[in-house]
Amino acid sequence: MAKLHVSTTINGEPMEFLCEPADTMLDALRGQLGLTGSKEGCASGDCGACSVMLDGRLVCSCLMLAAEAEGREIGTIEGMADGERLHPLQQKFLEHAALQCGICTSGMLVASDALLKRNPDPSEEEVRFWLAGNLCRCTGYDKIVRAVLDAAAEMREATR
Amino acid sequence: MNIVTNNKWIGQRTIRPDGVDKVTGRAAFAADTTMPGMIWGKVLRSPHPHARIRAIDTSKAEALAGVKAVVTSRDIVDFPIAKGAVMLGIQDMRWMCRNVMARDKALFPGHPVAAVAATTEAIAAEACKLIEVDYEVLPWSIEIDDAIKADAPILHEFNMFEGKPSNIAGKIEHKKGDIAEGFAKAEVVIERTFATRPVHQGYIEPHACLISVAADGKTTIWSSSQGQFMVRAMTSMLTGIPQSDIRAIPAEIGGGFGGKTIVYLEPVATLLAKKSGRPVKMVMTREEVMRATGPTSGSKSTVKIGATKDGRIVAAQGTFYLQAGAFPGSPIRGAAGCSFTPYDIPNLLSIGYDVCSNRSKVAAYRAPGAPIGAYAVECVLDEVAHALKMDPLEFRLKNAAKEGTKAAHGPVFPRIGYVETVEVAKAHPHYHTPIGKSADGKPRGRGVASGFWFNAGGESSAQVNITEDGNVVVTTGHPDIGGSRAGIANICAELLGIDYRRVSVIIGDTQTVGFSNLTGGSRVLFASSMVVTQSTDKVIATLRERAAKVWGIDPEAVKWENGAAHPVSPNAGQFEPLTLAQLAEKAPTMGGPIGAGVQLNTQGADGGFGTHICDVEVDVDLGIVRVIRYTAVQDVGRAIHPGYVEGQLQGGVAQGIGWALNEEYIYTREGKVDNPGFLDYRMPVCSDLPMIDCALVEVPNPKHPQGVKGVGEVPLVPVMAAVANAVYDALGMRFYSLPMSPPKVSAALDAAAPRQAAE
Repeated sequence: MAKLHVSTTINGEPMEFLCEPADTMLDALRGQLGLTGSKEGCASGDCGACSVMLDGRLVCSCLMLAAEAEGREIGTIEGMADGERLHPLQQKFLEHAALQCGICTSGMLVASDALLKRNPDPSEEEVRFWLAGNLCRCTGYDKIVRAVLDAAAEMREATR
Repeated sequence: MNIVTNNKWIGQRTIRPDGVDKVTGRAAFAADTTMPGMIWGKVLRSPHPHARIRAIDTSKAEALAGVKAVVTSRDIVDFPIAKGAVMLGIQDMRWMCRNVMARDKALFPGHPVAAVAATTEAIAAEACKLIEVDYEVLPWSIEIDDAIKADAPILHEFNMFEGKPSNIAGKIEHKKGDIAEGFAKAEVVIERTFATRPVHQGYIEPHACLISVAADGKTTIWSSSQGQFMVRAMTSMLTGIPQSDIRAIPAEIGGGFGGKTIVYLEPVATLLAKKSGRPVKMVMTREEVMRATGPTSGSKSTVKIGATKDGRIVAAQGTFYLQAGAFPGSPIRGAAGCSFTPYDIPNLLSIGYDVCSNRSKVAAYRAPGAPIGAYAVECVLDEVAHALKMDPLEFRLKNAAKEGTKAAHGPVFPRIGYVETVEVAKAHPHYHTPIGKSADGKPRGRGVASGFWFNAGGESSAQVNITEDGNVVVTTGHPDIGGSRAGIANICAELLGIDYRRVSVIIGDTQTVGFSNLTGGSRVLFASSMVVTQSTDKVIATLRERAAKVWGIDPEAVKWENGAAHPVSPNAGQFEPLTLAQLAEKAPTMGGPIGAGVQLNTQGADGGFGTHICDVEVDVDLGIVRVIRYTAVQDVGRAIHPGYVEGQLQGGVAQGIGWALNEEYIYTREGKVDNPGFLDYRMPVCSDLPMIDCALVEVPNPKHPQGVKGVGEVPLVPVMAAVANAVYDALGMRFYSLPMSPPKVSAALDAAAPRQAAE
């Protein structure tokens, strides 16, 4: 079968790529588009390491077909920092030692960002339930939750 | 050795050197690297738990367009059984060569039987289906009781136990005193039998590699493992390529927990690359990870403990059967050797049996064997304490091992910190907060448990170089699995008296740094900080010599402080300090580059102890146990970077909670793993856990320049017992098997008292 041509927007940039009908968005990101910050931990939507934003909604890119990106806007970890300036979540993950191996970190950050966009003042419980779709095997989540709460507080302060 | 005190960087929560790469998605993990001309490898795996391989026909696969190479066991270097063990670390290459690719028999569902490299993943997968394997299906066993029965199907006919072919592949025994005499003195004796299920390490990054073999045999491996030198050595042994021709480059590793201390893909991909002349990439699916890598053993243990009424343990006996999986080598040393070690027990017999069965070969998992043994021992201790009406921590304190205690596995303890962990736990606010019931009446309970792990030293190499602009590059040889680079930066900056951000820490590949043993045994920061310290001390000696030359005084009259050379006293002369940058600038004209490397077989890794407190709440309607508060106390020697030390404790506790409450391999009636994915293999998610409090006890290791003790493995050891003891406290009901999952808890509650309809 001929490959499908897809025109999309990734991290604010117009992009085009070719894909097989069965390719996932994660395949396209990590393959042709060279955006390997999104990780494949399970390919079944259980670990969240491939989390991206699709038109402002948090999705597992392993569960989305690449062809579905046509005309949509995708946000990945590579678009999170503003040039050399880290996003407050990225900075707080570093300060709180909220990563050990780092394989879940991209997905955690994308998911946390999605949470704070929707709810700038989440409770610990809200953070825990929002991030329940992102597996981390190293940290026990303690420092991740603290980093998200701290980043949220700082971001609220900054917008006052 | 001097213990460094009043530190500027040691003990600080600095930003890790690899941090920015990891929060921006730039860090390259194993599956993130590609090469021009790269093709894809796939493994064909046995569908049977046990089958003789009569023949393999790969001709149809080889004929498929796009297929570039096919590999079977004929291509892997054989280590014949009859020639005896060929050890690489704790791994026998006779088993490794058969685990990487089945030879005469397939021994578990998922066992590789052939591999294909093709231009696309889809073609490689299609080609695997075209390989015809003629299997003679054999009877099989997975569970320990089935595997040790008299008429059990034997995996390895050559393996003899007590004169007969057997699945029992090994036995370890630790003995002290006379248990018969000891138990005769006991006034309270409790004996219980426990079972645990196989659990997977659960690293989020599947195994992956990219391998290029040039026409002259020069081989480059990018893979994530817990040891690039292990990857090089095993790949060399299994392919026949000399180690000097293999450059193993450590990718960032996405979790290992012991599970990446052996190879699965690298030798296969190397042979595919060699045959095809193309770089070959292989990435396991999650299902392959669950079926064919790890996990740790399932187990069956019997523990008997006797004490006098005044709370002294007078005798103890433990028998631990651990599943090895398809090949000998379960962690019986950890189970038999660690479980009783926190205690000074005069009469002790601890025995471990290594049992082969038709499931994947075990791989190390965080303090291998120790959590399995501690689960049984620490639960029985809880029962003994209850029988004696003693506080369980007071009971442990009364029997605690201390300096001078002879452990059953051999050593006489130097100064250790076990007592301190119990004292800190006992005094902790957590232990004194009334637990009561939840607002909606759910029962709550509190449990405690302790644990020990050996810790390891071993080979480590480092190079410390001063750059031309007066900054520092440190190269070490252990993959950084949880922040060890941050610890190294703190130590090197401390010694040199400079800002830690001027120290860059990298992990060298096998051809650029000296041999360094696995990232395992909680050895990394212990061992690498020794070689980094000695290298940095040599650099400082050079810097002092250079300053002495500039000033025309004796090097002994120069001291190094705050990143600069100073005269030791006004008597030595009046000179302006010479900074690291100034001396680096003068280097070309004053003797050349400044740098030093040290290679050591490090010694003096003291064992580690921890004591945990766990609160649970039980939903009796649903059988769900929730951990609502947790405190881990551990003697860490010296916390070089407290954030990453706490992280080790918190991560270990989370894994233990998973092991205690939900994680287990479930098998079909056909002997296949029925839950090979993250949906059904239920690891803790963020909403399952509370914050995990840490209390770091620092009893410095006198044999280490900074007082470091390994910290990574101890925190998994006490957890399952702490949770089980808390569940008992909540329900008045003991569970003697893991996991204490909702169906099991529900069934037990039903059996104890038929449920009333909800009001």
